Amino acid sequence: MNKHQASVLMRHEVGLHARPSVKLTKLAKAFESRIDLGLSPDGPWIDAKSIVKVMATRAPKDSTIYFRAEGSDAQAALEALVTLVDGDFQDGR
Amino acid sequence: MDDRAQRAAHRVEGRPAAPGIALGPLVRLAAVRHDARQHRPPEEERQALADALAASQEALGLLARGAGDADAEAILSFQVAMLEDDNLAAPAFALIGGGEVAHRAWRAAIDPEIASYDEASDPYFRARASDLRDLRDRVLRHLAGEAEQIVPSGVIVAADDMPPSMFLATDWRGGGLVLRRGSPSSHVAILARSRGVPMVVGVDVDLLRDGADAVLDGDAGLLIVEPDSDIRATYGRRRAEQSELRRTAAAFTGPARTASGESVRVMINVTGLAELGDIDPAEVDGIGLMRTEFLFQGREKLPTEEEQYQIYRRMVEWAAGRPVTIRTLDAGGDKPIAGLTQPGDINPFLGVRGVRLSLRHLEVFRAQLRALARAAVAGNLKVMIPMVTVPDELERCRALLEEVLEELRREGQPAQMPSLGMMVEVPAAALTIEDFKADFFSIGSNDLIQYVAAASRDEPQLADLARPSRAVFGLIRHVVDHAERVGRETSLCGDLAGDPAQVAALLDQGLRCFSVAPGALGPVRAAIARYGSASA
Repeated sequence: MNKHQASVLMRHEVGLHARPSVKLTKLAKAFESRIDLGLSPDGPWIDAKSIVKVMATRAPKDSTIYFRAEGSDAQAALEALVTLVDGDFQDGR
Repeated sequence: MDDRAQRAAHRVEGRPAAPGIALGPLVRLAAVRHDARQHRPPEEERQALADALAASQEALGLLARGAGDADAEAILSFQVAMLEDDNLAAPAFALIGGGEVAHRAWRAAIDPEIASYDEASDPYFRARASDLRDLRDRVLRHLAGEAEQIVPSGVIVAADDMPPSMFLATDWRGGGLVLRRGSPSSHVAILARSRGVPMVVGVDVDLLRDGADAVLDGDAGLLIVEPDSDIRATYGRRRAEQSELRRTAAAFTGPARTASGESVRVMINVTGLAELGDIDPAEVDGIGLMRTEFLFQGREKLPTEEEQYQIYRRMVEWAAGRPVTIRTLDAGGDKPIAGLTQPGDINPFLGVRGVRLSLRHLEVFRAQLRALARAAVAGNLKVMIPMVTVPDELERCRALLEEVLEELRREGQPAQMPSLGMMVEVPAAALTIEDFKADFFSIGSNDLIQYVAAASRDEPQLADLARPSRAVFGLIRHVVDHAERVGRETSLCGDLAGDPAQVAALLDQGLRCFSVAPGALGPVRAAIARYGSASA
C-alpha cells in the first residue's frame, strides 16, 4: 500500500477561502489516490476532494495544512498539492 | 408584402413593443414548465433534484465562461465547485429517501451550510453565505419549474413569454426580445422600453430557427430572419443613427420648462435599486413610481419587512430629499405572485388585484406598511395605493398605516407617517375624485385607458380602442382640476407620460408632473421644451 504524508505552511492572505479551495480540490481530484486534509498532524481528516468540507475547515492565514494520501499516485499528489499551497495558489505548475 | 419577401430574407411581422434595432443570432427559449410541487414518489423527487442540480451546474458553467472578468468568474466557479461536490446535496437525497419533497429537502441540506458561513468570524468566509444563497435559490427556481436559461448578451431572444424577473436577470446589451405573447403594455414591454431593449410581440416563435441570424426592428414591429448584406448594412446604419439620437436626447437634462417658461416636474418610474445606479438623482425630480411587485415576484418566499425596509430606505437615501413614491404591492391582473394571487381568476383585470388583494392579505400588507413607515424616517417617502375604487379602501389603508405606526412606536422602532396618496386608474375613482381624501394623486394611464375603453391592452385586435381617447383625457383633466382646487399634486405615471407624442396633450389638460421610464427622460423633457413654442 502506498501511503504518504506531507505538510505545508499556508501564507495566502485570506486563508483557505473560495478561490484557493476551488484550486486545491480541483487539483486533488486530478489524482486517483484518496487524499485527506487536516489542520493538525493527527487530524481530524477531511476529504481534500470535497470543497464543501475543505471550506468548512475555515483554515486562516498562517495555518499549517497536513495532507495524507493513499493510492497509486499518492506521492505525486502530495507533491503537487504542497507546491500549490506553497506557491500561494498561483496558476501553472 | 413587397418583393423583398421573395428573397432569402424572411420577414415576420409582429407588433412593436419597445423601439430600437438589434442585430444578432436568434436564441429560442424553451417554454416554462409549471408547478412541480405536487407530491410525487421519492424516486421522482430524487430525479427532480438531480435534474435541478445538473441544470444549475450547466447554467453556472455557461455563466462562468462568459463572465469576462476574473472576479465574477472566480465567484461563479466557486458555486460550480460546490455544486459538483456530492457532499453538498447528500443530506437532501437522504431526506428525500425518507419521504421529503425535493425543494424542502434541498433547503434543509443547504440552509445549515449557509448558517455556518453566516456565523463565521472571518469576513471572507462570511461573505460566501451570499454565494450559497444564490446557489440555493438557483436550484429552487429549477425545482419550481422556472427553467432558467442563460442568455448571452448581443442575441435576439425568442420565447413564448418572459417573466419580468427573468427579463431583469438578463444582460440585454446589444440584444433584443421577440415574444409570442405579451403586449406593448405588458410589464416586460415597460421594462424593455425603460432599458432601451428593442422588443416585438405577437410573433409565432415556433417558426423561428435557433441560431439563425436576424435583425429586429422594434420601431416597425418586424423581425427579419437571415437578412442579406444590404438589409444588414441598412439596419446597421439605422442603429448607429438611433444611438446617436439617444445620446442627444439623453443630453437634454436639467429642469424641464415649456417654451413659455413654465416649469414641469419630471420624475422616474423604477422597479428597484439596480436601475438607480446609472442615474444622477440631481437630474430628476424624484421617483414618481416605484413598483414593489418586482420584489415579490420569482421567489420562493415573500420578502420580509426587513428586506423591504432596506430597499425602500436606500431608495429614499439615493433621492437625497427628493420625493420617492412607493406603490404598495400591485399584484394580480397581469402580475401574478405565487402564493398570493389567485390562479385562474376568471377575469384578472377586474378581479382581486392591487389594494383589493392587499386588504385581503393583511399580514403581507402590514409588513409592507411597516417597512414603508420605517423607511419614511430617512427622507421624503410617499406611499401610493393602487386600484383604489371607493374612498373606504383608502381610509382602511390610512387606518392600517396609523396602526402599524403605533405598533412601531411601542416597539421603539423609529418610524414616521408618510403622505398617503392613490393611483387613479379605475374610472369610478376618477369620476368621483372629490370624495377621496388622498394626500396626492397619480394617474395610472395604462389601466385607466383599458377600463375606460373596456378594451384589454393585451388584445391585439383591439389596439385601436385601447388608446388614449378624448374620454381618457377628459378624466385626466377632471382629476388635475380637482387636485389643483384642493391644493394637492397630480402626476401621471403610465406609459402615456413617457410618450413624447402625447406630452402636449397632457400639458393641455393642466398636468405639470410626469413620471416616466428613465430611458424617456430626455425625449420627454425635449417635448416639454417644445410645448407652447408654436402657439405662444
